[in-house]
Amino acid sequence: MQQTIAQKIIAKAAGADHVSVGDIVTCAVDLAMIHDSGGPRRVKPILERLGVGVWDASKIVLISDHYAPCVDAESAAILKLTREWAAEHNILNFYDQQGICHVVTPERGHLGPGMFAVGGDSHSPTGGAFGAYMFGIGATDMAGVLATGETWIRVPGTIRINWTGAFGPGVAAKDMALKMCAALGMDVGDYQAIEYGGDTVAGLDMMERMTLANMAAELGAQTGIVAPDEITAAYVTNAGADPGNWQVFLSDAGADYLAVHEFEAGQLGPQVAAPHSPANAADVGDADKAHIDQFYIGACTGAKLNDLQMAASVLKGRKVAPGKRLTVAPASSRILAEATRNGTMQILMDAGANLLPTGCGACAGYGVGTLAEDEVCLASTARNFQGRMGAKTSMVYLASPYTVAASAVTGTITDPRELLGDAP
Amino acid sequence: MTLSGRVWRFGDDVNTDVIAPGIYMKSPLEEMAEHCLESVDASFAAMVEAGDIIVAGKNFGLGSSREQAAQVLKHLGVAAVIAPSFGGIFYRNAFNWGLPAIVCTAIDGIQMSQRIEVDLAAGSISNLDSGESVASDAIPEHLMGLIDAGGLVPYLEKTLKS
Repeated sequence: MQQTIAQKIIAKAAGADHVSVGDIVTCAVDLAMIHDSGGPRRVKPILERLGVGVWDASKIVLISDHYAPCVDAESAAILKLTREWAAEHNILNFYDQQGICHVVTPERGHLGPGMFAVGGDSHSPTGGAFGAYMFGIGATDMAGVLATGETWIRVPGTIRINWTGAFGPGVAAKDMALKMCAALGMDVGDYQAIEYGGDTVAGLDMMERMTLANMAAELGAQTGIVAPDEITAAYVTNAGADPGNWQVFLSDAGADYLAVHEFEAGQLGPQVAAPHSPANAADVGDADKAHIDQFYIGACTGAKLNDLQMAASVLKGRKVAPGKRLTVAPASSRILAEATRNGTMQILMDAGANLLPTGCGACAGYGVGTLAEDEVCLASTARNFQGRMGAKTSMVYLASPYTVAASAVTGTITDPRELLGDAP
Repeated sequence: MTLSGRVWRFGDDVNTDVIAPGIYMKSPLEEMAEHCLESVDASFAAMVEAGDIIVAGKNFGLGSSREQAAQVLKHLGVAAVIAPSFGGIFYRNAFNWGLPAIVCTAIDGIQMSQRIEVDLAAGSISNLDSGESVASDAIPEHLMGLIDAGGLVPYLEKTLKS
């Protein structure tokens, strides 16, 4: 019986030889990732009510990112509670204000191929980039996992999305993700598993694969998986992951897919999604010349090392347009350190960017850098629902770091290829 | 289990950022609930009554995993949400909070403020104003167990004891 990666990982976690699509099975969880917003402050009262502790502290990764850094007494109290809970439950894998959970978890070696993992955040499919089955759940579901080490899952079908060919300069995985949102819609995933394939995907580095997997959430999938290969192995080895936790699963030839979608990378240009949906994406040339107040390079989706380098490749020797603000929130402290060492940050600072501490920042409207009534932002983030980044009348356009950087220079939505081909 | 109530009608793709806006995520649930769906229907939070039922278009509850989206609806008294499809995480969160999320594709005949009756076990929705009845997907047995228990926490309380 041919199976997909998703079925194989779920079967392993369920202790079964084989699972069929539609089966409801109980799985042992290899990794539970939680953050300061949906984590301790929500699960603590539930675990206390149940009268239990955590099932295995070594399998829990706790990261403060949503309210990092704190900006008032309420957010300070949330971070304090987070630290106290970590100490109380002896959570050694606790990263306090070191970056965004989806980036820090693999960066610190907690993720590897074949793992069955849950995260208390909707962008948890990011872990699928590593050949793991990782998906987001709510806080009460998470409390159940922390208490028992298990969760239920309906075995998903798999939707295969193939990308072939090479995309040109100024185009990135973010554009692939936005293109899929527009072409396929935000419910194509139907809470099934997406499996990304084709030579374009095989050629992407881990950070670009993470962007693709991350935005499987915007396609409505439970997760977005990339088959593990040498690139995956090199990353997880370098991150210090325990090889004892890996198990490489690949989809069998002839495995059943619910659907197969094909895209040509060579035809892909920079994409911009207008408010209030990623599915509003269109070619940058067709984007309206909206007034933009804030240009934002941030989030798990859009502020990894390569994202900062994309922005720097456009901003080198250039300045942010007068009267505009470019705000940068690196996705982790390690990324910030590396981007400082290799000169990327210098380019961004020289261009006039203002730097926020690492964390989720303005992306979900929880942290620093949020928008006032009627303000408009062009962001490298994943999601632009109404009011997401602040006040309810604020608006967000989405694009790649290249496009955000190029637009910050001109002050209006701009095709980055116009600047990349014409270095100052 | 049968529920009957007055309908609040919403369109497609109602996401969790508008159900439970992020800027109120530090606030007590009662305050967050006052802003539930305000950018879609400013009257909703003030006018919704206990037992009311939301009937929405496809992909209700897409987006963030914040379970406050299910929690505020429950807090405001919403008895069930009916839609052709749901965001997957919201769907789980709803049952975890004892809020039935009912899949039904035949919602076109159901209008704002009509009264409907929902039979969760049989999978049927009767429009008490128009007299029309439509079939819904039956709620899977293991999720019915969560509804019967009043949500995942009371369910775990029982199972961990036994």
